[in-house]
Amino acid sequence: MSTTKKGLSTLALAALLAIPAIAPVHADTLKMAWSQDATGLDPQKQTAFSSIRLLELIYEPLVRLDAKLEVVPAIAKSWAFGDGGKSLTFHLDPKASFSNGEAVTSSDVKASFERLLDEKTAAAARSNYLSIASIETPDPETVIFKLSQPDVPILAAMASVNAAILPASAIKDGSVGTKAIGSGPFMLKSWDPNASEVLVANPHWAGGKTGVDQIDISVLPDETAIVAALRTGKIDFALLNDPLVATMVPKVSGLKLVRTPSISYNVLQLNPSRKPMTELKVRQAISCAIDRKAVLDTAALGEGKVTGPITAPAYATDPSKLFCYKPDLAKAKELMKEAGYAKGFTATVIAATGEPATAEAEAQVIQSELKKIGIKLDIKMMQLNVYVDAWLKADFDMAVALNGGRPDPYTMYNRYFTKTGNLLKVSNYTDNELDSLLNQGRVETDPAKRKAIFAKFDLHLAEMAPWIWLFTPDTYVAERSDVQGFVGSPMGSLFGLSAVTLKK
Amino acid sequence: MNTLIRRLAAFPLVLLGVSSLVFVAIRLVPGDAITAMLGTQAGLLTPAQKAALAAYFGLDRPWIAQYWHWLRALLHGDLGISVTYGKPVLEVILQRFPLTLELALLSMAIALVIGVPAGVYAATHAERRSDLVLRIGAMIGQSTPSFVFGLVIIYVLSAGFGVLPAMGTFTPLLKDPLANLGQLILPALTLGAAFAAAVTRIARSAMLDVLSEDYVRTARSRGVPARGVIWRHALPNALIPVVTVSGIEFGYLLGGAVIVEQLFALPGLGRMVLDAILQRDYALVQGTVLFIAFNFMVVNLLVDLTYVWLDPRIRARG
Repeated sequence: MSTTKKGLSTLALAALLAIPAIAPVHADTLKMAWSQDATGLDPQKQTAFSSIRLLELIYEPLVRLDAKLEVVPAIAKSWAFGDGGKSLTFHLDPKASFSNGEAVTSSDVKASFERLLDEKTAAAARSNYLSIASIETPDPETVIFKLSQPDVPILAAMASVNAAILPASAIKDGSVGTKAIGSGPFMLKSWDPNASEVLVANPHWAGGKTGVDQIDISVLPDETAIVAALRTGKIDFALLNDPLVATMVPKVSGLKLVRTPSISYNVLQLNPSRKPMTELKVRQAISCAIDRKAVLDTAALGEGKVTGPITAPAYATDPSKLFCYKPDLAKAKELMKEAGYAKGFTATVIAATGEPATAEAEAQVIQSELKKIGIKLDIKMMQLNVYVDAWLKADFDMAVALNGGRPDPYTMYNRYFTKTGNLLKVSNYTDNELDSLLNQGRVETDPAKRKAIFAKFDLHLAEMAPWIWLFTPDTYVAERSDVQGFVGSPMGSLFGLSAVTLKK
Repeated sequence: MNTLIRRLAAFPLVLLGVSSLVFVAIRLVPGDAITAMLGTQAGLLTPAQKAALAAYFGLDRPWIAQYWHWLRALLHGDLGISVTYGKPVLEVILQRFPLTLELALLSMAIALVIGVPAGVYAATHAERRSDLVLRIGAMIGQSTPSFVFGLVIIYVLSAGFGVLPAMGTFTPLLKDPLANLGQLILPALTLGAAFAAAVTRIARSAMLDVLSEDYVRTARSRGVPARGVIWRHALPNALIPVVTVSGIEFGYLLGGAVIVEQLFALPGLGRMVLDAILQRDYALVQGTVLFIAFNFMVVNLLVDLTYVWLDPRIRARG
């Protein structure tokens, strides 16, 4: 085709497809896409990553986590533990306002936490705040949480949008979840579930002016189509999950890929209540047989980092110091023999289709790794909801999972590995040492001592091998080169969008 | 006329059957609205929290009671409230339906405009090279999955020409016809390609059958020009199987084209019902399936009426 002809046909196509399809767009509107939409607007009740991502732009908790996972001010400008860790006082930012212009006061904080703790609200996150015995509001800018026992991890837990501060008036009239009124950088202008949403800058945001005035979000279920849309400038910014798609982005001129190491973790959960995973030696043999680096390289194209149980950088142990992190087939076979399974056994591993994108590939690599010690693994792929159902009932021999990480090891693992943990029925494993170390870490206020306690916990948990921790994935955003200033977060937060600007 | 009344009388019965089937099926699948909303974190709920959520989603009553409640409301024209959208189910459906209807109409138009002439041409040139080419083309069109075709279109346009239709949101026809067409033409082509291939094959074989009928030979022997024989005498009869195939295909498309809607990120009925199933939005799944079933029956009825119009002998028999 001659250049002129090609040019003409491009022009014709553009005329038909592109130009009429674009609504008049502000210079400072960021067009964004993701493949999964939020599922609801009540920040205290939502648990899906996709919902959290949206709500973090609209609502604010008392404190936030920065890119290094350190607690930084949000609605509260300062805080302090007192009474030997049994009280936590926050001083609110006097500039903090909801998007309706009303100031955020201590009574909003009190009402929000009372709602969160009320079982009728049915917030799954409630379990992180159970040590709150009472809430005092001596003045509109001061809140004092009285705790039933010292609870250091509660501060980082409060940095979650699940602990967002809602207007007391919205709680009273029951409009939380239908009208999204928060104190975050943006306001929700419209939402068409599973299709699109429009966010506009919140003029009352205490953090000042946002870099863009508006964010138009489209839900594009196919990530290949997202990259195509980025390429043609239909969108400026996108969230990607699939490493296969994400790694294509840097090859396209005009596009950038921002990789942020996540503290979520890919893990092979063994079920220690089922034979032969009841045997410590069998679990350890599995841990020794699996080459974690091979799983990462093959299933996720090397996009991530091999990890032990604790993933937050401040507490994580160097993986090379953990039990059998250097694959050792001879030792694995020896352990199998000692456990009475020299000939191996057959087991089933469950995984959710597309959740994460690498799940099936991970299961396949693990299958071939375990074959080397005689374990025949059948892979059962399930639709996510069916998988969750089986997972919650611990109805599996082994499960490939991507679990969310927390900045504090106590909040992350108390639910699974303490004797009172409410997901102990899923992990089916605890022992005195794990239970005691976690509880020590909870009440210890000295940072160095906490670190030492959790290092012991990390080593012990990896050695007991109820699960085989594999790797922490990278999270991705893809952006056009005129998008500037986005900083990712290990928690996957898109709060960094508040600072993003578009180069004119 | 009697047939029409009989057919219309069957509507409620079929709908009742469909509704009970869907009602049971969606509840038999493991996982419920609570696990769909909370994922693995549903395990953190206390019994009291679980009870509160079950009451919110209406899962706290036995199935029969739930079904009866739903059916009673349905008789009052109330399809319930979608928990995902927080709006009446009918409102959500009607918001998504125009896109689906338009996409189905556009695909059918593409299919008929390409398929019928191609089929007629192939039949009148049977066993010649052009017939072979058309038949192979039709076979490829029919056997290429729509997602492959769609992906190729998206890739070629974006990488080769740097253009792509608007995705994610939908511009209604009346608001901006040109933008609307720009957005729907590619998905319609993607769907229409396979549809056209089916129409070509059916039209060709029906035309071949008709061309060997006595009346066509008679017409020819009376000196009616070939073109007149084909278009005036043979085609109307050959169209009956084409109408059948198109009707069924159109009925399916009215239920939403899930894959193409996903690929081009069109907020149509297909994607909506898929998401509703994944999110266990029971009221929305039930309402939408009922709506789709109703449309399918209406299309079927229209197909039958078209037979009568095309072939008066059917009227005499009916």
